[in-house]
Amino acid sequence: MKILVCVKQVPDTSGKVAVNADGTLNRASMPVITNPDDKNAVEAALKLKDKYGCKVIVVTMGPAAAESMLRELLAMGADEAYLLSDRVFGGSDTFATSQVIAAGLSHIGIDEDDIVFCGRQAIDGDTAQVGPQIAEKLDLPQITYAGKIDYADGKVTVQRMLEDGYMTIETKTPCLVTCVKELNEPRYMSIKGILDCFDKPMTVLTYEDLKDEPLIDATTIGLQGSPTNIAKSFTPPPKGAGTMIRGVDETAMVAELTARLNAKHIL
Amino acid sequence: MKQADFINTNTEEFHGVWVYCEQRQGKLMSTSLELISEGRKLADELHTELCGVLLGDGVDGLVPELGGCGADKVYVVNDALLHDYVTEAHAKILCDLVAAYKPEVVLFGATNLGRDLAPRIAARLNTGLCADCTHLDVDVGTYVEFLRENSTLDDKGIGEDKLRERFGTDLKMTRPAFGGHLMATIVCPRFRPAMATVRPGVMQKAAFDEARAAAVQTIHPAFSLSETDLKTKVLEVVKSTRQIVDLLGADVVVSVGGGIGSDVERGIALGQELADVLGGVLGGSRVAIDSGWLTSDHQVGQTGKTVHPKLYIALGISGAIQHKAGMQDSDCIIAVNKNGAAPIFEVADYGIEGDLFKIVPLMIEQFKAAKEAK
Ligand SMILES: Cc1cc2nc3c(=O)[nH]c(=O)nc-3n(C[C@H](O)[C@H](O)[C@H](O)COP(=O)(O)OP(=O)(O)OC[C@H]3O[C@@H](n4cnc5c(N)ncnc54)[C@H](O)[C@@H]3O)c2cc1C
Ligand SMILES: Nc1ncnc2c1ncn2[C@@H]1O[C@H](COP(=O)(O)O)[C@@H](O)[C@H]1O
Repeated sequence: MKILVCVKQVPDTSGKVAVNADGTLNRASMPVITNPDDKNAVEAALKLKDKYGCKVIVVTMGPAAAESMLRELLAMGADEAYLLSDRVFGGSDTFATSQVIAAGLSHIGIDEDDIVFCGRQAIDGDTAQVGPQIAEKLDLPQITYAGKIDYADGKVTVQRMLEDGYMTIETKTPCLVTCVKELNEPRYMSIKGILDCFDKPMTVLTYEDLKDEPLIDATTIGLQGSPTNIAKSFTPPPKGAGTMIRGVDETAMVAELTARLNAKHIL
Repeated sequence: MKQADFINTNTEEFHGVWVYCEQRQGKLMSTSLELISEGRKLADELHTELCGVLLGDGVDGLVPELGGCGADKVYVVNDALLHDYVTEAHAKILCDLVAAYKPEVVLFGATNLGRDLAPRIAARLNTGLCADCTHLDVDVGTYVEFLRENSTLDDKGIGEDKLRERFGTDLKMTRPAFGGHLMATIVCPRFRPAMATVRPGVMQKAAFDEARAAAVQTIHPAFSLSETDLKTKVLEVVKSTRQIVDLLGADVVVSVGGGIGSDVERGIALGQELADVLGGVLGGSRVAIDSGWLTSDHQVGQTGKTVHPKLYIALGISGAIQHKAGMQDSDCIIAVNKNGAAPIFEVADYGIEGDLFKIVPLMIEQFKAAKEAK
C-alpha cells in the first residue's frame, strides 16, 4: 500500500502581494510556501504510515525550484518525491495540470490498495479543481472536502464537510481524497528527518519521460493545450476615501456617526 | 486523450444556457435561484433559452420555483440513486445530457458539492471550467462597462476592439485570484460548453415572476443509471444541529476580529447586541474563527463567505485583503479600530478610530435611541 500526495508550491498571499504594471503578479517579489491544505494532505498520509507502515510519495508539477519544498516534505516523513518539470508544462490551466499529474501518477503506478491525496485547493488560484480532475482522468472515485478519514482493509470512510454539516462516504481503494485544514495539524520536520531527507529518492520526470503515457498528449498540456485562457487580468480600483471620525470624546464621536447615518437613512 | 477525439470543438453546434440546480434533501439551494436569475440575463443576451437541470428523487415540485426566477425549461431526472448526492451518478447523467443537448454554457453554484461535481464533468467533457466566479458577461459592451467601473485599466488597457474580435460572445468569467489582489477574466474559446462555478451570494436573485412560473416546461429526458455506476456510497448525511448563521441573506452584518482578543466574551456579546439592535447577524474574521471564538459558518472573506449587506460593521478587524475580498462590496461599511492606519479604513464609508470596548456600547445605546425615535 502506498499513498501518493499531490503538493504544490505557491506564493504566500498572506503578506504584501506585488502586482506588475501590466496587471500580472510579480512572483519574484514573493516568498514561496507549501500550499497549506497540501500539508494537511501530507499529514493525513503520514498518519496512515504511522499506523500501517505504508509508503508515502509526494508529487508536484512545477519549476526546478519546487525541489526545496519536496525536500521539506521528505524531512517531515515522506519516503519518496517526484518532480514533474518541463518548460512545456508551463502555463497549464487546471485541466492541463491534472493531465500531467495524472500521467505522472500512472507512470509511478497506482495499485489496487493505493490512495491519492490532494489538498482541497491551492491558495494561488483557489480553484479546488485539480483533485477531481486528476480523479476523472485516472478513473478513480473521488471524495472531496475530507474532514475525517478512516481506513481499514481497503475500505476508506470519509466525512465530506458540507456548508451545513457533513456526509459520511465510503469507497474502496484505489481512490482520491481531497483534504481540508480541519483534518489535522501538520507535524514539523524532525532533526532526524532533516538529516535523512537528502538520502531519500527524488525523481525528476520531464515530458520525454512521460510522453508515452496514454494520458498525456502534446496538444493537451501547457498553455497551448489548456481549454481556458486568461483574457484579462486587472487590479480593482481603490475605493474613494470615506469619512474618518477621530477625537477624544467617544460619546461625541458616536453621536457624529449616528447623525451621519441618520442623514443617509441608513439606520 | 487526443484533441482530435474531442466532440466539442465545433462551437457553433452548442446553444442554450444551463444551470445545474442543486437541491439537498428536496430543497433547492438558494444559489440555484441566484444562478437561474443570472442565467436569464446571459440567455437573453445570447438570444437563446435558459434551462435548469434538476437531479434528485421526486423533485418535480421544485420546477415552478426555478421557472419563477427565469428558467424556460427544466430537465428533471428522478431516481432513487439520486436521492443523496453521489459524484458518479450526478456526473454521469449531466455528461450524458450535455452530449445529447449540447448547451453553450453550464453554470454551477460554487458550493462544496458544486465544486466536487463541476471539475469532474469538465475533465470528462474535455472542456474548460472557471472556479468561483463573481461576475459573468457575454456581451463585449457590458463587459467593457464592467471593466471601466471595476478596474484600474484605461481604454488602451481595456482594448475594446481587440476583445470584440477575439472573444465575441464567448462567456467572460471574472474571478478574484491571489487572495483578491488581482482579478482575472477567463475565457474558454475553443471548446463547449464553457463552464463556471459561481460564488454563492454574489448574483442577485430576480423577483418571482408568476407568469414564467406557470409557463416553465418540465422535461423528463431518458437516462440510464445503475448501481454499478456508483463507486462511492453515502452512509449518512448529518445536518449540523446548531442554527447555521445566515450571513448571505442578512441585510446587516456585524463582524468581530482579533481586536476583541483582550476580552473575547464581552467582545462577542457586544457584537451580538449591536447586530440584534440593527436586526443583523454576527460575522467574524478568520482570526475570530481560527481562535475558536466563533464557528466557521460566521467567517467572512476569501475562504469564508462573500457578503454584500446594506450595512457591514467591522469591529477590531485589521482589513487584510482576504477579509476585504468578502465584504468590500457592502453598500455601507463602518469600521471601528484603535489603529487609525488599519487597512480596513481604506474601504470604510465611516471609520471610527477608537477602542471598540468603549465605542460599541455607545453605538448600541445611540442606534437604539435613533431607531426608537422613528
Ligand atoms: C489563504 C488565506 C485565506 C484567508 N482567508 C481569510 C478569510 O476568509 N477571512 C478573513 O477574515 N481572513 C482571512 N485570512 C487571514 C487574513 O490574512 C488576516 O490574517 C485576518 O483577516 C486578520 O483578522 P483580524 O483583522 O480580525 O485580526 P488581526 O490581524 O489580529 O487584527 C486585529 C485588529 O484589531 C484592532 N484592535 C485591537 N484591539 C482593539 C480594540 N480594543 N478596539 C478596536 N480595535 C482593536 C487592531 O488594531 C487590528 O487592526 C486568510 C489568509 C490566508 C493566507
Ligand atoms: N502543480 C501541482 N502539482 C501537484 N499538485 C497540484 C498542483 N496543482 C494543484 N495540485 C493539487 O490539487 C489541489 C487543488 O489545487 P487547485 O485546483 O489549483 O486549487 C492542490 O491542493 C494540490 O493537492
